[in-house]
Amino acid sequence: MRMNQISVFIENKEGNLLTVSKILKDNNIDIRTLSLADTSEYGMLRMIVSDEELAKKVLKEAGFPVSITPVIAVRTNNKVGYMHDLLEKIPAEIANIEYMYTLPSEEGSILILKVANPDKVEAVLGN
Amino acid sequence: MIWNESKECMSRDEMMHLQSTRLVKQVKNVYHSVEHYRKKMQAVGLEPGDIRGIEDIDKLPFTTKDDLRDTYPCGLFAVPRSEVVRIHASSGTTGKATVVGYTRRDIENWEECVARILTMANIGSSDTVQVSYGYGLFTGGLGAHYGAEFLGATVVPLSTGNTKKQLTMMRDLGVTAICCTPSYLMYLAEAIEEQGILNDLVLKSAICGAEPWTENMRREIERRLHIDAHDIYGLSEVMGPGVAGDCKFHTGLHINEDHFFAEIVSPETLQGIPDGETGELVFTTLTKEALPLIRYRTKDLTSITHEKCECGRTTARLSRFKGRSDDMLIIRGVNVFPSQVEAALLDISEVSPNYLMIVDRVDNLDTLEVQVEVDERFFSDEIKELENLTKKITHVLQQALLIVPKVKLVEPRTLQRSEGKAVRVIDKRKLV
Repeated sequence: MRMNQISVFIENKEGNLLTVSKILKDNNIDIRTLSLADTSEYGMLRMIVSDEELAKKVLKEAGFPVSITPVIAVRTNNKVGYMHDLLEKIPAEIANIEYMYTLPSEEGSILILKVANPDKVEAVLGN
Repeated sequence: MIWNESKECMSRDEMMHLQSTRLVKQVKNVYHSVEHYRKKMQAVGLEPGDIRGIEDIDKLPFTTKDDLRDTYPCGLFAVPRSEVVRIHASSGTTGKATVVGYTRRDIENWEECVARILTMANIGSSDTVQVSYGYGLFTGGLGAHYGAEFLGATVVPLSTGNTKKQLTMMRDLGVTAICCTPSYLMYLAEAIEEQGILNDLVLKSAICGAEPWTENMRREIERRLHIDAHDIYGLSEVMGPGVAGDCKFHTGLHINEDHFFAEIVSPETLQGIPDGETGELVFTTLTKEALPLIRYRTKDLTSITHEKCECGRTTARLSRFKGRSDDMLIIRGVNVFPSQVEAALLDISEVSPNYLMIVDRVDNLDTLEVQVEVDERFFSDEIKELENLTKKITHVLQQALLIVPKVKLVEPRTLQRSEGKAVRVIDKRKLV
């Protein structure tokens, strides 16, 4: 399944993450899951939220560079080896995974994948 | 010792007479050989015959970096290319370099000017001089090199960088004098202390220039390395290093006045101001053949004295430089204008032309950080894309500035807009 992820560029400076979380709270936006990638100078906050269009609008207004990126979501069954079995299905020539994180849910985790060829990858994963 | 007593110790009358003769000749020369100068003189109704001596110099129009830019690359040259034996260049305000040229005679005069200043620093033919200025288009390396060779010293042309090798050569070859930027010498001093090799060295003097420094920094260098440190001044447009330098009394930089006539003018009114008062330094090259400059505004702020020095030299002296009358920065000896950064960024579509330059001195080396706003339209959520963008900006700026900046991407709208007096530069270097 396809999901829209919102990515926010955050400079490494005091209180910056707090500003983002406050904006989301004030607008009643729920963060389903997030991943924060860091470099020495800035962070990339990637989130699956309840309303990505609203989140984009309000964060943009606050001056944060924001983009909405389509990602692939794959449900797992919390069994040992499941991720490996899943990744193995993807042929090497299209297996260009940019990043990956998980979204917890009651029926088992959901893997969030950013790939270079989302259509092809979705086709082989068959969901 | 004085290298050329007949010139450096002339009476004021003799010097003015010599300067007058040379100015009259130079004005005639540029009027007939350089269209740009002729037009500028004609525009104010001036003919060569109107300049009868040095006292008439203020009738002549000023020359600025704009004149050099407008006539890029060689429009102000007064001799055919066949007589030009050397080209140097410095970075200009718009990314275009300022190109300067030298005839054989110019090079000889330059060598002598540098030799005079090395002599002021007690350097002679039995010395071994390490030149740690950059070699190439920059005038520092070759300027110091030729001067030291002319003097008869043994020259070790190390150029910049590779500190380990610099120190090895300094120790193994028994280097007695070094020519480099003051900040690099501070850096070397630390490396020498770290390696504990100070007692293995026979270094006795340093001739530092190409960037502003203070009397305190000079004393600090002297204390740490147990040497005498001297200041050498110059700018490529006028010649390169060797226009002026200070003697062992350190009471100002002796100008090689028989070649370069100095005036101090108010940057606002452009009128001459009295000795001892700070203003903009203006040079007229009295003997330059390839690229003569008439009343060239250096934008450097200083004051002048014509009193005889304790060392015996009578040449006018410049006080320590007090800054610039424009926004030029000197970073690691390289001239940098904020407008160059702006022009370079305009060529990169993925970023906005909003920037902030932060200049600092870390471990005695100048650093330049350029903060650039990410343009929302080109924002990628992939870190590798942002890293590629950082690399691209670094590369473009390096091409434009000739130094490698540290580029930092920042959120849009975090940098001040250009309305009013935008802060484009924060210079954290403490020169006191």
